[in-house]
Amino acid sequence: MPESLLFGFALAAFSPLIHRFARGATGWVMGALVAGLTVRFALYVPAITAGNPVRTCWAWVPPLGVNVSFYLDGLSLLFALLICGIGSLVAIYAGGSLRGHPQLGRFYLYLLAFMTSMLGVVLADNLLTLYVFWELTSLTSYLLIGFNHEDSRARQAALQALLVTVAGGLAMLAGFVLLGLAGGSFEISVLSGRGPALREHATYLPLLALILAGAFTKSAQFPFHFWLPNAMVAPTPVSAYLHSSTMVKAGVYLLARLSPVLADTAAWTAALSTVGAVTMVIGATLALLHTDLKRILAYTTISVLGGLTLLLGLGTSSAVVAAMALLVAHALYKAALFLVAGNVDHATGIRDVRQASGLARVMPITAAAAVLAAMSNAGVPASFGFISKELIYEAIWGLSARGLPLLAATFLANALLVTTAILVGVRPFFGRRTAMPHMPHETPIALWLGPLVLALGGLVLGLVPARTEPMLAAAATAVEGQPAHPHLALWPGFNVVLALSAVTVLGGIGLYLAWERVRRVVPLATITRFGADRGYDLTLEAMLRFGTLQTRVLQSGYLRFYLIIIILTVVSLAGWALLKGEGVVKLLAGRWPSIYEWIIAGLVPLAALLAILSQSRLTAVIALGTVGYGLALLYLLYGAPDLAMTQFAIETLTVVLFVLVVYRLPPLVRFANWPSRVRDAMVALAGGALMTGLLLAATARPGASSLSPFYAEHSLSDAYGRNVVNVILVDFRALDTLGEITVLTVAAIGVHALLRLLPGRKGPRL
Amino acid sequence: MQTVLAFVVGGLYAASLYMMLRRSITKLIIGLALLGHAANLLILTAGRLVPGQPPLIPSTSEATRLEPPYADPLPQALILTAIVIGFGVQAFALVLIRRTYETVGTDDLDEMRSTDRA
Repeated sequence: MPESLLFGFALAAFSPLIHRFARGATGWVMGALVAGLTVRFALYVPAITAGNPVRTCWAWVPPLGVNVSFYLDGLSLLFALLICGIGSLVAIYAGGSLRGHPQLGRFYLYLLAFMTSMLGVVLADNLLTLYVFWELTSLTSYLLIGFNHEDSRARQAALQALLVTVAGGLAMLAGFVLLGLAGGSFEISVLSGRGPALREHATYLPLLALILAGAFTKSAQFPFHFWLPNAMVAPTPVSAYLHSSTMVKAGVYLLARLSPVLADTAAWTAALSTVGAVTMVIGATLALLHTDLKRILAYTTISVLGGLTLLLGLGTSSAVVAAMALLVAHALYKAALFLVAGNVDHATGIRDVRQASGLARVMPITAAAAVLAAMSNAGVPASFGFISKELIYEAIWGLSARGLPLLAATFLANALLVTTAILVGVRPFFGRRTAMPHMPHETPIALWLGPLVLALGGLVLGLVPARTEPMLAAAATAVEGQPAHPHLALWPGFNVVLALSAVTVLGGIGLYLAWERVRRVVPLATITRFGADRGYDLTLEAMLRFGTLQTRVLQSGYLRFYLIIIILTVVSLAGWALLKGEGVVKLLAGRWPSIYEWIIAGLVPLAALLAILSQSRLTAVIALGTVGYGLALLYLLYGAPDLAMTQFAIETLTVVLFVLVVYRLPPLVRFANWPSRVRDAMVALAGGALMTGLLLAATARPGASSLSPFYAEHSLSDAYGRNVVNVILVDFRALDTLGEITVLTVAAIGVHALLRLLPGRKGPRL
Repeated sequence: MQTVLAFVVGGLYAASLYMMLRRSITKLIIGLALLGHAANLLILTAGRLVPGQPPLIPSTSEATRLEPPYADPLPQALILTAIVIGFGVQAFALVLIRRTYETVGTDDLDEMRSTDRA
């Protein structure tokens, strides 16, 4: 199974090359290769349905428990089959719909990289492996939405989708880390067994909230739904693949995957069923107010994603089975409808549902696919959509009284979905033909094959639902953590649920007849103005404003303001830690210093003060030298003769150097007025006080160097030197000294160059 | 004595920071020099003061190792490196500001906010 990921990424990497040779046939080549991958996964079906999951694991960062590990069970396999199966049809479709596009090779690179990342998401067992693939899908989605990058709307939509999903992804990463810490493992298969303890854990609520943020942004749940309709600027294959059947389901997948770990608490049920129900109704309602084919489909996708979240939130056995069935049904009919919409656009240049009509006569195959898919969407008997809807109603009906609001929401959303199914799948193909931008024609086989196969798939599964039982059972078992035994029937017999289904369809048809009137009454513009999309714009704008403000405040261009900010930040942070850790630092009693110690210790600060106050360059240099000599004396006193000698030598050199250039230096001028001098003095004193405090705190601790005894022990025996400081420099830390010599050499070259380099002088420049 | 030196270190830091906050480029150099001194004394003091016991193994004795008490050799090695590096930096900075003064024609840091030629 990991080899299929390698295969996918390799295929993606080579796809521009393959395109160079295959030319017009690239779509078919890619489609065939991906279909091969589908078969590879299909071969796992017997083992998985028999209840034998497959796990592979390599250590990645063993001390942190981070592995690259993969796990194939019913849920993963169901997703993998959908990803590869639809992927191969979309690859074929893209070859037709983007025929002749100059960047088709690049498109396949993105598309296949996405497909493989998505496979990675559903196969990953380690949470951090999952996160890496998760973000890869966000990234490839960004590239695919922005594929027509000359279009500024495409760029904006791509960025919006990226920002929303990646922000959620980051929250999710934090949640994963918390989950890993709380559960003691990053492997989902391990965590699944620790569900009860985790649900009692103190960090359960924060980690749940963070993980839900990731799932909800990815699966376009309210109020993060807005990026999905905007993403419809992407080429149709992308919309059909990423933004209806696969990537947007990653959030749902995550919820399902983590159900055994996190589900069945009040918080889980409340969050998922509320957000899911609201998303479901809002998505379906907004779908009705739009006229662009792809936007309608995008909003209905949001609605279905809400429904899936709701079902997983309920978490009952029948709800989970219904969710799995809805997942399959939706992937089939929605991808088909998107591709149909793309065909209508391709053949007629129309994307507005009000303008297309009567296309069935010129595009019979597309029309057949559309009607079949719409039947499944609407939940008409003999389609898999019908069966999934039965299961949903059954699951919610089973909740008794507390499920009534959910039942109402589900009913409303489903009725609205029936309406949109008619709008998208039926309306454009019947009725009188109108004038169109292009002369309509049936599309080539590459374009109708995908939708037809998908729509027929929905029909076939609907006719023999029992054949899907083992796979759905395996998936539901993985979600529930205990064996599930779904029962799917083509005809459930007359009961309440069937009556509900019938009323739903009738209601949807009724709404369709009143569609024009509804649209006229509801002001879409007002909704857009106050919608979540606007909130996103405002947030982004506020962030940019804040960034501008912050830059203006912090990046003044004046050296001293940078220094002041640095000093004050260090003083406040380190000072806070110091006060918190040490309290008011105790003054050490210690030994009373002798008189010469006092003299030297007093001399140094006084000389420093003179260096500050002096207006004469020479005096300042002499005062600086005095500080240096004072330090040398201190070194001598405290057992560091080497330091003293070096300091004397260097200080003498420094003074000589200063004196040599001192009259070529600018004179010491007071530029600043006295208020700023006072301000600087305060800042400087604060910095000095902090250093005093830190030093007092450091020396107050009983600290013996653990390294020094080593040098004391080995200096003579190993390095044959009696001066331990010298031995450290030239032997134990010889490489440091080599580095130091290099720095000095570089400085010397720099000094030489600066002295030789004269501006405006002709000749070779250094 | 550590306490006294802690205040000396603080004083040196304050003096150097004050000089680095000046607009005159010459004062900036003096501030840098003082900062080096302050840091060296900080390291020495933080490594504990042991008066009059340099980390030398007497050559007359039969000792094969340095017997305590001794001044910690490790901070000394660090400071020795720092003194030399500090000198290199200072020399470079000194020549650099001289050159800057000649080229730009000002010693006011506030007038050197842009990398563009005037």
